[in-house]
Amino acid sequence: MALLELRNVSKIYHLGGEEIRALDDVTLDIGIGEFCSIIGPSGSGKSTLMHILGCLDSPSKGTIKLDGTEIQKASTRELAGIRNRKIGFVFQFFNLLPKLNVVQNVELPMIYSGIGGRERRVRALKALEQVELSNRLKNRPSQLSGGQQQRVAIARALVNDPKIIFADEPTGNLDTHTGEIILALFRRLSQEGRTVILVTHNPEIAAVTPRRIEIRNGKIADKVDAKLAGLDRLPKAAGSAEPVTAPVVPSA
Amino acid sequence: MSLFNAIVVGLKEIWAHKFRSLLTMLGIILGVSSLIAMSALVEGMERGSREALIAVGGVEKVRIEAQPVPVEQRNLRDFATGVTLSDVYALQRSAPEVLTVSPEMRLEPQPTLSANGKVYRTWNIAGVWPVQAQIMEHTIEHGRMFTAYDDELARSVCVIGTGVRDGLFGSPEETGQDINPVGQTMNIGGSPFTIIGMFQHYESEQDRKIREVRLAEEAQKRALGLTNRVSGPKRSRGWNGNRGGSFAFRMKNNTVYLPLNSAWIKLRSGQTNLPPEPRLSEMEIKIRDISKLDLALTEIRNIMMVRHRGIEDFTLRTQEDWAEQINTFIHNARLSGGLIAGISLLVGGIGIMNIMLASISERIREIGIRKAVGAGGLDIFTQIVVESTVIAFVGGLTGLVTSYGLIHLIVSFTPTDNAPIITIGSMAFAFGASLIIGVLAGLIPALKAARMNVIQSLRYD
Ligand SMILES: Nc1ncnc2c1ncn2[C@@H]1O[C@H](COP(=O)(O)OP(=O)(O)O)[C@@H](O)[C@H]1O
Ligand SMILES: [Mg+2]
Repeated sequence: MALLELRNVSKIYHLGGEEIRALDDVTLDIGIGEFCSIIGPSGSGKSTLMHILGCLDSPSKGTIKLDGTEIQKASTRELAGIRNRKIGFVFQFFNLLPKLNVVQNVELPMIYSGIGGRERRVRALKALEQVELSNRLKNRPSQLSGGQQQRVAIARALVNDPKIIFADEPTGNLDTHTGEIILALFRRLSQEGRTVILVTHNPEIAAVTPRRIEIRNGKIADKVDAKLAGLDRLPKAAGSAEPVTAPVVPSA
Repeated sequence: MSLFNAIVVGLKEIWAHKFRSLLTMLGIILGVSSLIAMSALVEGMERGSREALIAVGGVEKVRIEAQPVPVEQRNLRDFATGVTLSDVYALQRSAPEVLTVSPEMRLEPQPTLSANGKVYRTWNIAGVWPVQAQIMEHTIEHGRMFTAYDDELARSVCVIGTGVRDGLFGSPEETGQDINPVGQTMNIGGSPFTIIGMFQHYESEQDRKIREVRLAEEAQKRALGLTNRVSGPKRSRGWNGNRGGSFAFRMKNNTVYLPLNSAWIKLRSGQTNLPPEPRLSEMEIKIRDISKLDLALTEIRNIMMVRHRGIEDFTLRTQEDWAEQINTFIHNARLSGGLIAGISLLVGGIGIMNIMLASISERIREIGIRKAVGAGGLDIFTQIVVESTVIAFVGGLTGLVTSYGLIHLIVSFTPTDNAPIITIGSMAFAFGASLIIGVLAGLIPALKAARMNVIQSLRYD
């Protein structure tokens, strides 16, 4: 049984009579421990897919199973619980709470899982150690560089020991070097056995992952999935509207 | 999220917007303190009125007053007997709900009092039975009350209140000592009477306190060797023991009681045009049980009607009306004061709701992030409600403190006879009301925040 099972999932928006199919009949399985990327040009529906996979959004049609739970049948409260315990998110714009310091930001998910203050502190420190930020505990996010902020966000995603980590353009706001460090972090998380799903428009980042799911106009472009298709075959114009991240050398 | 965490987050949020929170709290602070101040003022007034009511005999006291024969019974005028001692005996004998009765004969016109080379006028000179002192709640300070024997012999004795003493022999404030007039002779309308007793000084709680403070201050000054003598002619400095004392207490202090027979024989017999039987001006009656007031009144009325052959040359007067007036007044004062305080609490609540709505639209992204990492709708809901309650809580506490200041301010503007009384009940009520308003004000913003769509909130900027 796969960790994530999507069956004929569509997400349809209605804008002034016009129908926008952000996701169009997507069927997809992602197994435990997989390291895969969702790739496609801007506006193709990557984020929408990730939100639906991560229980942040609900599909207009189709069914999803996450770790055996039928998501469309779950209440909002149960969904919050699933996001809290089984899923960690890393966003392009970090999404840290500006009024809280580093440790408090990392502790945030544990507040909602009812973990006591002392254990929260211990686990937050451990997660921050994993992202090598033990020296900036009392800083506010605004006092940190982009790379450091993203590492705090990763620590926050890790702290409840989730099965799946989603990252939506995690290097999109970072320079090449920091981007590499962040990617290396995700690779390590994957090697530790976690399911990691990277959303990116950049083929060179997607090249890091063993599995690539390519999205075009809300549909899965099946020929690219499962097999490394070679970077040169991807259309160069695809992501030019978004900031281009410098090439990252794929892992051996 | 635990409640404790929610409260901590709420306090931090308030601390992060100190000035804004203070302005928001102001409404609640004013509401709570005005509610408490209002209730304290009304409470003081109530206490004062009740003290005065008890000073004149309480609600158990009923009075029968002689009155002219009503117009529609004018043809029966010649049969009207007036209120007489036989009525007193009849009531004593036949009305089981009547505890005691005392006849009262006022002297018309009220005679002038003179003693010690001074003249004093009062309006409360009456010939009574000794039991009158109990009915009117009098306490003897010096000497004794006259007895039934004194009455029977129509002795020329009398008992006076401190007001009369002050007028004829000098008050403690003027002379610096509590003069005991017992044994002195006083002329009532020209006839000499021996003062055999004096009642204690009656005053409201508040006046007593003021006087005690004054005495303590003077004693201290004397101990420090400071002379308190005022240069220039002796004069009243605006406070002579009567100031602030309500009318009821002043009247009580100006009482002169003589035995009924003495009043009749020594003072009235010389007057012309009087029927042979001693006509009374009124009767003071104490009933047994206030809960059976209606029954007692019916009894009294029936007996009087039978004795007077249906001629209504008397009227029944209870202090119920007074008590009721006090109640109505207090009720109205409470209602209008409560309404004003309630409105200001309501305005405070609207202020909180307003600020909470502003606060959540500032924090849409924060709410989205919290939801993304696992906060449920209920968590967000609780957080917002707790925040608005914490604002109301802090405002309510501050209001409790400022209510003292507000009361002092009001009293300094409008000095009242009755000191305001802050009750624990009113404090608890005002504080509880502010908490409830805090919760209510948070509900709508909290519901709005809890229902926000996660994706939309995350994308919002
Ligand atoms: N709330 C929305 N209302 C209408 N259209 C939307 C909404 N969210 C996303 N879309 C549309 O869905 C499509 C996919 O969006 P998205 O998943 O964000 O693309 P990507 O992340 O691949 O750039 C886009 O065409 C976008 O305009
Ligand atoms: Mg996107």
